[in-house]
Amino acid sequence: MQKPLNIFIAENKTAFSSFGFAIVLFLIFIIGKPTVFLNSSIYMAVFVMMPAYIFLALALVFVVTSGEIDLSFPSVVGLTAWIFALAANNGVNLFVCFLLAMLVGIAAGALNGLLVTKLKLSALVTTLGMNFLYRGLINIGVQGHGIDLTGTDQTLFGRIFTGRIGDVFPAQMLWAVVFAAFCWVLFNRHSFGAQIKCIGDNKDSSREMGINVDNVKIMSFVFVGIACALAGVLVNLVSISFYPTTGDGFMLFVLAAVFVGGTPTWGGVGTITGAFIGAAVISFLETGIISLGLTGFYTQFFYGLIIILSLISHRFNKGKNRY
Amino acid sequence: MKVLELKKIKKSFGRVNAISDVSFHVNEGEVLGFLGDNGAGKSTTIRVISGVHAPDEGEIFFGEKKMDDWNVNIAHNIGIETVYQDRALAGQQSVNANIFMGREIKNRFGFIDVKKQRAETTRLINEIGFTSKLIREYSPVQTLSGGERQGVAIARALYFKAKLVLLDEPTTALSLTECAKVFRLIEHIKSEGLSCIFITHNIYHAHKICDRFVVMDRGTVAFECTRDEVTATELIDRMQNLAHTGVTERIMRGKK
Repeated sequence: MQKPLNIFIAENKTAFSSFGFAIVLFLIFIIGKPTVFLNSSIYMAVFVMMPAYIFLALALVFVVTSGEIDLSFPSVVGLTAWIFALAANNGVNLFVCFLLAMLVGIAAGALNGLLVTKLKLSALVTTLGMNFLYRGLINIGVQGHGIDLTGTDQTLFGRIFTGRIGDVFPAQMLWAVVFAAFCWVLFNRHSFGAQIKCIGDNKDSSREMGINVDNVKIMSFVFVGIACALAGVLVNLVSISFYPTTGDGFMLFVLAAVFVGGTPTWGGVGTITGAFIGAAVISFLETGIISLGLTGFYTQFFYGLIIILSLISHRFNKGKNRY
Repeated sequence: MKVLELKKIKKSFGRVNAISDVSFHVNEGEVLGFLGDNGAGKSTTIRVISGVHAPDEGEIFFGEKKMDDWNVNIAHNIGIETVYQDRALAGQQSVNANIFMGREIKNRFGFIDVKKQRAETTRLINEIGFTSKLIREYSPVQTLSGGERQGVAIARALYFKAKLVLLDEPTTALSLTECAKVFRLIEHIKSEGLSCIFITHNIYHAHKICDRFVVMDRGTVAFECTRDEVTATELIDRMQNLAHTGVTERIMRGKK
């Protein structure tokens, strides 16, 4: 009989190196500044925005594993946030606003997917173009003005989505964990995830084995669209307003979270657990660096260092040996 | 009894006639050697049988039944499995993911019964013995040797109770011992009462394992014979004759 431990190791190999990496990093933070990092308040502060990284990074794992890439997510976050803010500002029930944002996210994802699969465009360039296109659309629409969303955080929807559990724990973090669990099951225990991996690994053989490659790819882009809507609405509620630049800052950090987490660029393999850890590392890094007493000028340098070091650790973790 | 019969199958890509007027059949429990030079139309014919290409003209009979629609899923469902030469498997995925590729054991919500897939894969590994002892169901396929990889694809065919297995050059680029493994697997397929179409360039391999031969030439069936009728050398001679006539014809046409 096979040992469950061996199966567990085989399944989570890539996540291990990112986990080890995160532990080392947090140890450095804790040793360097125990007063800050042994106190829960820093964690609660980071948990406010970390869910946005989790939503986006985890959804991107599906697209990247299928052998494609989506660079349009920052603007889709902005687009969904804009739609949410517009509707909310016009007195629409926030649950309905949320649904509208979702629909826009789904439509944007589906469009990406259709362009990539049916017109056979390069995903990299198409989604890069879409990123400019949607941001341009927002800029034309709002002419540089933001939308005030005062009061939305106090509504039932606001309290469910971004309230504080027991007045301390940000509710969005709980939703992010639920989302992560959902993604994990979808990726590892559902035929969608299994087919995504096969497609990213060997598209032709997947097609010959009867997998509808185009449909599965479109669905993965749609899933990113849904994650964008979640992140967009979260950013709106947290900042209690909509800015035309909403989502812009996510591009490189979310991609870094995916790759730091251990999902390689070549497709076929990916890790949800790893991306979750990657999102945590990326979210804590800036706070950590500053609490260690370094100025903000050091943050980019350390982001770069972390990305390269984590890639090297994944490289050594990935053997082709038989186990 | 005939398992599969093709009648006057034609397939062209744009203006290129890949195959025209291809008719032959496969009997139950038979290994059919499907031979021919490069560009003879073997692969196109195989891709028609496996449902990747729908034929432009002609009829496909499975058993007694004439097939009206034809695609990969229909071919799978009625029991035609293809073992492709190199693009058969997804290398980074586990043996179990490869066996169940596109046909996971799942409930109606799409959730995979991972336990069952693992148990079934382990059972297949032990029963058919297509891999060394070191291989587990969760080992990535890229850690397997060439023959073992063919074994994974053949195990897939056996698990899904195929009636007809198409082997597209399974022994190409394999060492002698690896070839022997593949032959053992083909014997296994035969002993289970399944039929097999074995495509190869190696006539000695074909003669060793096949009951009957269909030889393709320039998009159509040139001749058929059984193993008892020819020795391997005779078969090679006849095939070379075909190639020569082809060359002379082309030269003659060129001169005109």
